[in-house]
Amino acid sequence: MSPAPEAPGAIEASCRLPLVVLFLGAAVWLLVGSMLGLIASIKFHTPAFLADLAWLTYGRVRPASVNSMLYGFCVPAGLGVALWMLARLGRAILTAPWLVVVGAVCWNLGVAAGLAGILAGASTGFENLEMPAYAASLVLLGYLMMAVWGALTFHQRRERQLYVSQWFLLAALFWFPWIHSTANLLLQVFPVRGMAQAVIAWWYSHNLTMLWFGLVGLAIVFHLLPKLTDRELRSRQLALLIFWMLILFGSWGGIPASAPVPAWLPVLSALAKLAGIITLTAVVVNLAPVLKGPWANLPNQPSLRFISFGLGAFVLVGLTEVVTAFSFANRFTLFTWFTPAIGMLNSYGFFAMVIFGAVYYFAPQLVGLEFPSPRLVRAHFWIAASGLLLLVVPLAMGGIVQGYRLQHAVVPFADIARGTLPFLRVSTTGDLLLALGHLLFLVNLGGLVCRFYRARAVAAWAEATTEVKPAEAGT
Amino acid sequence: MNYGPLVFLAAFFALASSWWGFVLAPQLQIGRLQQTNTLGAATATYPVARPGLAQQGLQVYRANGCAYCHSQQVGQTGTTLDIALTEAGTNQAVTLAALLKLATTTPDEPIVMTALPPLEAARANTNAAALPGGLPKALLRSTSREAANAAVATLDATGAKAQLWILPAGPDIARGWGRRHSVAEDYLFDFPVMPGSQRIGPDLANVGVRLPDANWHLLHLYAPQHQVKGSTMPPYRFLFETRRVERRPSPDALVLPPSLAPPPGYEVVPRPEVAALVAYLISLRADAPLFTAPMTLPGAPVKPAGTNTPVAAAPSAAFK
Repeated sequence: MSPAPEAPGAIEASCRLPLVVLFLGAAVWLLVGSMLGLIASIKFHTPAFLADLAWLTYGRVRPASVNSMLYGFCVPAGLGVALWMLARLGRAILTAPWLVVVGAVCWNLGVAAGLAGILAGASTGFENLEMPAYAASLVLLGYLMMAVWGALTFHQRRERQLYVSQWFLLAALFWFPWIHSTANLLLQVFPVRGMAQAVIAWWYSHNLTMLWFGLVGLAIVFHLLPKLTDRELRSRQLALLIFWMLILFGSWGGIPASAPVPAWLPVLSALAKLAGIITLTAVVVNLAPVLKGPWANLPNQPSLRFISFGLGAFVLVGLTEVVTAFSFANRFTLFTWFTPAIGMLNSYGFFAMVIFGAVYYFAPQLVGLEFPSPRLVRAHFWIAASGLLLLVVPLAMGGIVQGYRLQHAVVPFADIARGTLPFLRVSTTGDLLLALGHLLFLVNLGGLVCRFYRARAVAAWAEATTEVKPAEAGT
Repeated sequence: MNYGPLVFLAAFFALASSWWGFVLAPQLQIGRLQQTNTLGAATATYPVARPGLAQQGLQVYRANGCAYCHSQQVGQTGTTLDIALTEAGTNQAVTLAALLKLATTTPDEPIVMTALPPLEAARANTNAAALPGGLPKALLRSTSREAANAAVATLDATGAKAQLWILPAGPDIARGWGRRHSVAEDYLFDFPVMPGSQRIGPDLANVGVRLPDANWHLLHLYAPQHQVKGSTMPPYRFLFETRRVERRPSPDALVLPPSLAPPPGYEVVPRPEVAALVAYLISLRADAPLFTAPMTLPGAPVKPAGTNTPVAAAPSAAFK
């Protein structure tokens, strides 16, 4: 590896266009997803709301909303941050940025086709993998076009020392195509028989939302929290332990305790969940020196807030995972609103918040400008955080009440279903706030990008107009 | 030394381990399941593929995401064993004494008397030397297999004939959502399999047993609140067509109450999709007793456990 550093600004220049495309696309899908989520949520106020439109029936709007969030926002935004971190940490320019742009466009076309397919009734019927085969293949193709250049950028790194974050990111880059292609091949192209379908779908969904999000999210946390606080992680060895625990045990999961499958499957899944307590403890211990100490004199950075919130959500999700490995707990949470509440805490509370923090930190470096309105960035944090609380807390509480009553056959089912409605209706305000927060994110990011390209256009115009004069003078 | 390739290989195998465990192994075990025989007197092949219309209905179920509100998996927390007397024998006084002794032993014994007035009466007046009529009848209930087997042996020794009836238990079963827990066999011929993860609406694994009336389902899909008071289910009117009555009314038109009826001269006719969906819902009946989920069907004629009867005829034999 040649130690010669890149010219200053070269890494930023190589990453700029691909990342702008990835982040802006992600922000748009995030807003689309929360709008669809809002429609789904309002249906619990009046079941007849938009019920006569087949495209907007609950069973289509809800998976469309989740898919827009997972595939529209989480994966491409995570990939964007991953490409940037691989380039920065390896001090190498992003290889073939134009092909990354093509990949990003392909990915976004795939997401659009997938959402249209789900709304038109072409969903696959597997949770978190609803996109029909044509959309899934576009998405995978786009992913490969982006991830290959990430791996090549890593290969051409000029910094000999490997950061732990790079391990996490590489494993994530590699694992997504494996799980996505496995799941789509075995569930859509050459479908397996019977309950094996559901097991593969659970495995895929768990690996995407727990392992992939965990790897990318922790890579960002381990990289940014020490930077933002100017403190050090406890040890590199501990971070490596987290890496091995995550990929070894984090991937074994997702089979619910109720699953009508041979008992070894849910038991192994629960054991792997239990092993998560080691990973979780290691994360907390490793970050303790960063989190300890006075917070008041830390720089007033919105990124720090987003990432700390995300870390809190990560710990909370991890703890519920461990507790619900036991049957005394999961008999009250299975089939209830508790499960989606924790899913949202994971994908919004942990992953999306960490991504927001990373984007708010990296985007100004990328374009060399500050966000147009720091106040709006702060507002985004408070709106997103309160929206999440209003979404997750009522749903989780309602879920536990629902689960407790489901265990008692004397309570009529209709009463249980109606009993969850107050909780669901409160959570609609959370959905509303989240949608507002996502709008702010789009405005902030769009404003920054507009500012950059306007400045460039002005400069280009000035350059173009000034160059003519000496030429005129010469003649 | 360059550890790069070694680390890569280790990470590769760590990740691949879950692929072997949760993709390959389930495919080898569950993906290769074959049809099996049901237990009980009338042995049949299980499962059988759904009829063609119901298979189309499964696709309507998938397209409209019914699985986001309805699970299709019944849970079971345990099994209750009923000790049923099938033949009274000749010495009924001894049998009755044995029955009463079994039921009145120390309270921590795992056998209780089922609330049957005749036996209660017999208990009050031990002189009555007659067993309750209407055999076979479940007289004792147990949660321990050993105690139940011992009780059957005791009763058999008095000259009577007793059997174990296996009754799955749990809140789902008490709700009438199924007679036994769901097993992988129940989904063998379905594609896609949609076990669902939430119970915003009731479980549908056995909705065809519970609600076998197609008209009920059609009306329920058209106007859920009309069929189930206070239901939170949205109406699915886009699966129906409101059209002008031509020469004569369609025989398929819904019979609607005045509050829901279309304007005069119009009728509401189910589209083909909803007919398929209802056929699918009615085909949902996962209630066959299987080796992996044994149970005694209520009301099933119980054959006397002779020496030549097949194992399947005596559920207790399969459960031992």
